[in-house]
Amino acid sequence: MGAQLRVYKRRIRSVTATKKITKAMEMIAASRVVKAQRKVAASTPYATELTRAVTAVGTGSNTKHPLTTQAETVVRSAVLLLTSDRGLAGAFNSNAIKAAEQLTARLEAEGKQVDTYIVGRRGLAHYNFRERKVAESWSGFTDEPSYADAKKVAGPLIEAIEKDTAEGGVDELHIVFTEFVSMMTQTALDDRLLPLSLDEVAKESAPKGEILPLYDFEPSAEDVLDALLPRYVESRVYNALLQSAASKHAATRRAMKSATDNAGELIETLSRLANAARQAEITQEISEIVGGSAALADATAGSDR
Amino acid sequence: MAAELHVALVAADREVWSGEATLVVARTTSGDIGVMPGHQPLLGVLESGPVTIRTSEGGTVVAAVHGGFISFADNKLSLLAEIAELSDEIDVQRVERELERAKAEGDAAAERRADVRLRAAASR
Repeated sequence: MGAQLRVYKRRIRSVTATKKITKAMEMIAASRVVKAQRKVAASTPYATELTRAVTAVGTGSNTKHPLTTQAETVVRSAVLLLTSDRGLAGAFNSNAIKAAEQLTARLEAEGKQVDTYIVGRRGLAHYNFRERKVAESWSGFTDEPSYADAKKVAGPLIEAIEKDTAEGGVDELHIVFTEFVSMMTQTALDDRLLPLSLDEVAKESAPKGEILPLYDFEPSAEDVLDALLPRYVESRVYNALLQSAASKHAATRRAMKSATDNAGELIETLSRLANAARQAEITQEISEIVGGSAALADATAGSDR
Repeated sequence: MAAELHVALVAADREVWSGEATLVVARTTSGDIGVMPGHQPLLGVLESGPVTIRTSEGGTVVAAVHGGFISFADNKLSLLAEIAELSDEIDVQRVERELERAKAEGDAAAERRADVRLRAAASR
């Protein structure tokens, strides 16, 4: 076998192996998307009921709570950025990071300090590489987040918002995550979680102008709201984590699908080249043999004479 | 037909139980509360404790609930809990081990959670 042909064969083998890997990753991601979507659906009843309850307290009583009242001057805001631990997901992480950076720039333009909280190794690596300050970060659960993970993330955020601004607390909480619209579309978006605007929540939960009943609060409206709002934040964070996970798997699936397609194309081109090289080799061998025998025939004919 | 109320017991990551019931007893921060059909709208904070649901078929469903809310309106009752387990989902041996560990570590909250689970499991 000629050197040229051997090189082509070797490259085909290596691309075929890569293709097998990307194909497997594509299939794994596809099954995980379905699982993640199911988890999003399973968490919906809790989120809707909770939203309903928050609306009920918010509209049914005149309670004031630090989590629902807008600070007069916002000094510091917290931005929670959700990324993934692993890459190989196309532009998934860079889109989320870009959205967070835009939000940060916007908040800073409004004269606010920004504390960044990050979920996922990718986002953390991005910020660390640029030596930007990160208030707190979590990783290791982005593929399959559980409610306990959401609690772990929400805890310090709620603590920060309840603290006085002068002591390093924050006045606003924004979240940047990737919304799972469909298998093909995922969009990075930012959302203000706190302070909660009850009007908006009410619009979401009762779109048909449904009148909420006058509740009897046990033990009191303040206590209920005190207990409800942290749960509400946790459930929103949980939902965002789940959507982000589903989006990540969908992005991985798409990225791996195009990698598999590209590998297939590459294999085709390479085998065409390998075939051409083989043909060239054969042609050369034939012409060498013919040339050799012709020379031999000429030599013997000469000696006969 | 006896009056009924619709109950949904929802944990953070799944719906644990839903169906028709005639009586629901749960533990709020200010004591046990029983809800029957036609109760006035209510929103309360739940404590870690067992929830007893008497279904309209005459059966009883017991669940261990940790932290959450009870809300009742329009004959619909929702029990929201961060963690909720039906009594027959509870693995008694595992919980007993947890209880021992919690006692050894002096973790009062974990001890209480394990205790609630055991009591819910005992009543099945």
